[in-house]
Amino acid sequence: MELNIALQVDEKDNVATIFADGITKGTSVRVKDRSGYEEMMSVTEVIPYGHKVAVRDIQVGEPIIKYGESIGRAVRDIKKGDYVHVHNMEAMRGRGDL
Amino acid sequence: MRYTFQGYVRENGKVGSRNFVGVIPSVICATDVAQAICRQVAGTVGFFHHQGCCQLPTDLKRVTDTLISLGCSPNVGAVLIVSLGCEGTDTQRLYQEISSTGKPVELIEIQELGGMSRAIQRGTDLAQALAQKISGLQRETVDISNVVMGIKCGASDTTSGMASNCVIGYVADKLVDFGATVVFGETTEFIGGEHILAQRAVGGPEGPIGKKIYEIVERMENRAKTIGEDMRGGQPTPGNIKGGLSSIEEKSLGAIVKSGHRPIQGILEYPDMVTDQKGLWIKDAPGREPEILTGMAATGAQFLCFSTGRGAPQGFPSMPVIKICGNPNTYARMKYDMDLNAGRIIIGEKSIEEVGEEAFEMLLRVLNGQMTKNEAIHYVSTMDIHCVGPVI
Repeated sequence: MELNIALQVDEKDNVATIFADGITKGTSVRVKDRSGYEEMMSVTEVIPYGHKVAVRDIQVGEPIIKYGESIGRAVRDIKKGDYVHVHNMEAMRGRGDL
Repeated sequence: MRYTFQGYVRENGKVGSRNFVGVIPSVICATDVAQAICRQVAGTVGFFHHQGCCQLPTDLKRVTDTLISLGCSPNVGAVLIVSLGCEGTDTQRLYQEISSTGKPVELIEIQELGGMSRAIQRGTDLAQALAQKISGLQRETVDISNVVMGIKCGASDTTSGMASNCVIGYVADKLVDFGATVVFGETTEFIGGEHILAQRAVGGPEGPIGKKIYEIVERMENRAKTIGEDMRGGQPTPGNIKGGLSSIEEKSLGAIVKSGHRPIQGILEYPDMVTDQKGLWIKDAPGREPEILTGMAATGAQFLCFSTGRGAPQGFPSMPVIKICGNPNTYARMKYDMDLNAGRIIIGEKSIEEVGEEAFEMLLRVLNGQMTKNEAIHYVSTMDIHCVGPVI
């Protein structure tokens, strides 16, 4: 088994999903997409198995892109290598206020 | 190459993968009698639900129609209806419409027979005779185009959309290409992905089917709004969030992967059974397991492919459920509930196509009669009927 894999579904995505345990500040992960493109990058904080890492800087208000589609927007600035989840992004759908 | 399977050919031409006597309480109040009969008589399955009385007419019709479809479904070879006698379900129509398929149907009424013990005795005698009668039926070789596959994902995490749902999408495409029928649902999990589905609708996003996709999503969202809530408190579920899914859009985009890539032919209402519809169809049903498994069995699905990441063990009384697990760690932990390990895609051991072919071979074995893990461990009671109005 290859260690520290982060899978990016679509080339437009600004996040990748980490499938490895023990990812913490300074850990290197191998970001891979389906076309075979690979890039090593460093993670800035603890990220659990199956959770997302930013693969580039994302400004507050910018969409979070996975599967080549918006899955919500950033509620604060996110740096490449940061953990992306409900603490720094929000859904834009299924809510009554938009 | 043309595929075939060994199935039970019914009087109306439908083909089953199983041959059960279905015991149907027409209302929740008849459940205890139906359960006692099922405990006693071999080859029976009970469709135990919580509906059928003190509901608005729309829901009573929905309950009647759903029970009719379950009784008509091809995995059921004979039916015993257990009525209390004063329910809101249209028990006579239930009896007549299931009988019209040509399969043997019996009906007992608890109040008329003099109470629970007498109804159990009479029902046991009738169910025993039905079980014996259909038990000699032989399987016949039929073409793969007779398949109706239901699909669903549950207890999802981020592996679902990247592995197990991709495998089901591969299988769905292959079955559609062979002229079979594939049905997916979970309307709540179209939210954020409906534009992709509408693009795939026959007639395009502006055509009647494309428009209907937007409509059923709006209808589902509005149901939450009418009680002053929005979807965010319930979707994604706490388990989904723990598994790394951050929004309903992320969950939806991963969920719709399991429908594959073929055009969407139309939308079935919750109780609807497929007659001669082929290709890929949507069933308007919510994602929770009891309600969607019931909706899919009512569609006439001979089996269901169920994708999971965190590990969903559920099964249905009459319809085998094949568990395809996207998370390699969950598969290792729950291998007695999971039928296929799609987690090998995540760790780079196998491709989507390779695991997809394994899934296809597995579904042929299940159609031929091989038990799924949920059937063998007898986890088979995940059922209820999805109603839209209040209990009154």
